[in-house]
Amino acid sequence: MSFTYIFYAIAAILLVVSAIKDRQKTKRALLKAWKAFENILPQFLSIIVLAGILLAFLNPQLISQIIGRQSGWLGVTGAALVGSVTLIPGFIAFPLAALLLQNGAGTSQIGAFISSLMMVGVVTLPVEIRFLGRKVALFRNLLAFVFSFLVALVIGIVYA
Amino acid sequence: MKMKWLRRYLFFAVMVLGLGALILLRPTMGRKAWDVTLYSLKEMLLVIPPIFVLLGLLDVWVPREKMIRFMGEGSGLRGILLAYFLGAAAAGPLYAAFPIVGVFMRKGVSFRNILIFVGAWSTLKIPMFLFELSSMGMRFALTRLLLDIPGILLMSLALLAILPAAEVQALYAKAEETNE
Repeated sequence: MSFTYIFYAIAAILLVVSAIKDRQKTKRALLKAWKAFENILPQFLSIIVLAGILLAFLNPQLISQIIGRQSGWLGVTGAALVGSVTLIPGFIAFPLAALLLQNGAGTSQIGAFISSLMMVGVVTLPVEIRFLGRKVALFRNLLAFVFSFLVALVIGIVYA
Repeated sequence: MKMKWLRRYLFFAVMVLGLGALILLRPTMGRKAWDVTLYSLKEMLLVIPPIFVLLGLLDVWVPREKMIRFMGEGSGLRGILLAYFLGAAAAGPLYAAFPIVGVFMRKGVSFRNILIFVGAWSTLKIPMFLFELSSMGMRFALTRLLLDIPGILLMSLALLAILPAAEVQALYAKAEETNE
């Protein structure tokens, strides 16, 4: 969270410097900022509500059962899939992952879950397609999905 | 004008109706969905404003030539490192990175560096790493970090290799079009 305040401080300082140098340009910058935000707002809002609904269907006990220590690659696949379709704010994600571990999830499986959670975004795909194009967006997510299996493999070796 | 507005927010309205239905039919789940939605909404409203202000300032103040020199084709290792750094220094969810991609394209940042930036944003964010360190432990967080750093570069290069240059150009042309 503290990083957010650093961002506010940087943005505020630069905004003041900008305003001193050129009021007109500063106004244009703020207008551009607002337009870019308003432009994407409907999709942001949709993502947030959809993510909230999806997350309500998951409960830690159930997930832990699916991705338990004995679940092997099937569990890794399940974990990677769950990570791909969910969008969990970071400050919920890590405590959740720690909780899942306590409830019996395997370390490799959690590795796949965290990795795909951060790098793969099924829910955010429409926004990504808008800026990166269909092909790049799909392949980027696909590669990131496969990458989460590599993370699971290496974490499994590190923790063996 | 009004119709356009309606169409843009249609999916969001459907989602809200879904959430409402969930709250009515499955109060426990609905409550949880509502809490998470509210939390994410707060996160968005808190985290996103400075990002977009910086985006606007970048758009207005940093000339295209300068951006090309630092992060364009031929920016070499410095461009790559800068892309990693900008992504890692970011705050906010991945979906906030994509509007920045549009501005980067208009400013002539190379596609490779854009992909690295998105990759770093997705999983190398410094505040997230510190958080991962404290909740998952050094061994877990460090293993992932050491995999992610080369992984992002390799995946970006792989994407670049499978994408025809003409399609990249089309993306840049589209980003140019949406510039107001």
